Amino acid sequence: MTDTLLEVSDLAVHFPIRRGVLVDRTVGHIRAVDGVSLMIRRGETYGLVGESGCGKSTLGRAILRLVDPTGGAVRFDGTDVAGLSGEPLRRMRRRFQMVFQDPLSSLDPRQSVGSLLMEGIRAHGLSKGAEADAARLHELVDAVGLPIGALRRYPHEFSGGQRQRIGIARALCVEPDLIVADEPVSALDVSVQAQVLNLLGRLQDRLGLTYLVIAHDLAVVRHVSDRVGVMYLGGIVEEAPSPALYGDPLHPYTRALLSAVPVPDPVLEDRRERILLTGDLPSPASPPSGCRFHTRCPWRRPDRCADERPQLRVIPGGDPGHRVACHHAEAIRDGRLRPHRVEPVIAGDDPLAPGLPPELPGSVTEVLGR
Amino acid sequence: MSAAAGAERGIGAPLLEVRDLRVTFARRGGPDTVAVDGVDFAVAPGEIVGLVGESGCGKSVTSLAIMRLLPERGNRVAGEVRMDGIDLLGLSDAAMRERRGRDLSMVFQDPLSSLNPVVPIGVQVTEVLRRHRGMRKEPARREAAELLDRVGIPDPRRRLGSYPHQLSGGMRQRALIAIALACRPRLLIADEPTTALDVTIQAQILGLLAELVAETGAALIMITHDLGVVAGLCDTVNVLYGGRIVERSQRHRLFATPRHPYTHGLLSSIPRLDSAPGEELVAIPGSVNDNLPWAHGCAFAPRCPRAMEACEQRTPAPEEIGGRLLRCHNPVPASAG
Repeated sequence: MTDTLLEVSDLAVHFPIRRGVLVDRTVGHIRAVDGVSLMIRRGETYGLVGESGCGKSTLGRAILRLVDPTGGAVRFDGTDVAGLSGEPLRRMRRRFQMVFQDPLSSLDPRQSVGSLLMEGIRAHGLSKGAEADAARLHELVDAVGLPIGALRRYPHEFSGGQRQRIGIARALCVEPDLIVADEPVSALDVSVQAQVLNLLGRLQDRLGLTYLVIAHDLAVVRHVSDRVGVMYLGGIVEEAPSPALYGDPLHPYTRALLSAVPVPDPVLEDRRERILLTGDLPSPASPPSGCRFHTRCPWRRPDRCADERPQLRVIPGGDPGHRVACHHAEAIRDGRLRPHRVEPVIAGDDPLAPGLPPELPGSVTEVLGR
Repeated sequence: MSAAAGAERGIGAPLLEVRDLRVTFARRGGPDTVAVDGVDFAVAPGEIVGLVGESGCGKSVTSLAIMRLLPERGNRVAGEVRMDGIDLLGLSDAAMRERRGRDLSMVFQDPLSSLNPVVPIGVQVTEVLRRHRGMRKEPARREAAELLDRVGIPDPRRRLGSYPHQLSGGMRQRALIAIALACRPRLLIADEPTTALDVTIQAQILGLLAELVAETGAALIMITHDLGVVAGLCDTVNVLYGGRIVERSQRHRLFATPRHPYTHGLLSSIPRLDSAPGEELVAIPGSVNDNLPWAHGCAFAPRCPRAMEACEQRTPAPEEIGGRLLRCHNPVPASAG
């Protein structure tokens, strides 16, 4: 048994963009995940942050084989999951489970909580007779802080926070090693978020679970994670132990992201300097050349940034666990490079954005020459 | 009421006064739901007032009631909303339509569903200018381009011809702000304007709103669930729970020493970038479903760690304590913060 539970190497997920009704043509690819490598140790929580569209959810789904990766490998406890199919994959799935963002749409409205939980237990052959199963169900709902009576009730009878607890119980029912939680608290009210975050923490301590937490909220990720990866346009731009990442961010994007998060402290807010990024996230269908972030980066240099895609690396004098994908990370850290103004580039200007006419005819009438 | 904040910015008499606003939804085959249960607050020109609370606390309904945008059937709106000495709730529909967009306008959370999807942005902006300011087509178009430029949309002339779906979320929200500002309203209501946006875009939009208020002297009512947004932006903060304001204060005072147990609970339950990592969050137990009706006591009592017997028997009255409004029988001691 090794220390590493999950190893992702050079994973890519490209979705084809299809146009046309009679003739189905692929006119391009959305590079949702484009060359991601990461490693998660047993018992730790790895946090994945990024803005919407950066590919963090797709990465989580590709790891669980809910979408099929285009390239790369996912090694779960020594087995390459990306190459599995059929029964071996199904059996493997018992060991990694997912907690979804929206608990209501991920629970079958016509199944009672007890039957929801039993389904997973039966499917994976973990049933040990009626009495033992009933005891197991009681144990599960108790572990997530719901009353025993909850087993006979249906998802719509619960509040958002309670539904998320059911979602967690369902993930736990097959005794997994890894739980991928995709935005586990973003659909919940602020006063309830803490309950669910605390629950996740307690369950990890008790059951020795490994988490991959995917979220857009930097404060949530900081709170739960041991190590954090920051994603931008399909790639990880910085990865570090949580204190290092939040205390000493090296990548310009991480810095901008952290400076944009509002903090509920007026004194701090008044003193803060924001790094305001101009423009929008470029389309993942035609990502910028070189460093993906160079179109919005206030530290961009005329050399290298637009031509060469930076790889994750440890910068001289840095913590060995702290890797950053930026050509000029040292200069930025030492203050040798100063930020400058960036003219905004509009996302709508990319050729595959919705609404702008494609160069090739797309509709039936156009194809038939009308 | 917001004297401290007013003095800070040199603000005079209130522009809008909301007095004892009540909104009741009738439900077929069930008791009425009281969404807003006696809300009072005022906004002065140039002031940014925050309404903060979780879903179901009545913050959005309050803003819709001020704008008179609630459907007439099934709703009862009582109380007063005074602007220029006139009660907006008593105006005829035609008179209210004149004021809406001209004197007060609103920015919604989801720009895609508040913009007309089949009409170019330019037409949607010029429409307001022509309707309320009686401008002719060409000058209105020029003004519209200037407005889009003002809210930071690059290449505004070309963008006038864009449809909402061709713009990104942040750009759409900017376009919506441009429409809201078209007639230079004296009051802008922003209902969760950044909730659907990413943090980096959120920072852009919040910066824009603050700049516009400083520049035009308009008043802004900011409705949000995010305490972080409020901390950086608002002069006065109103915390709502169960349809009533439970605490109101100038923002520095509110965040330094939250006195209502709900405000205090909210602040200690959210993970923050500036807190010590790894410490367990202090969650507020239960959910809004556990609320007690205000008529019987304090709505928050069933979830409150400081609840006493009195909390479930007597409705706490609003009290002015040291420049803040507080509705609580057993507030958090000022020193404990």
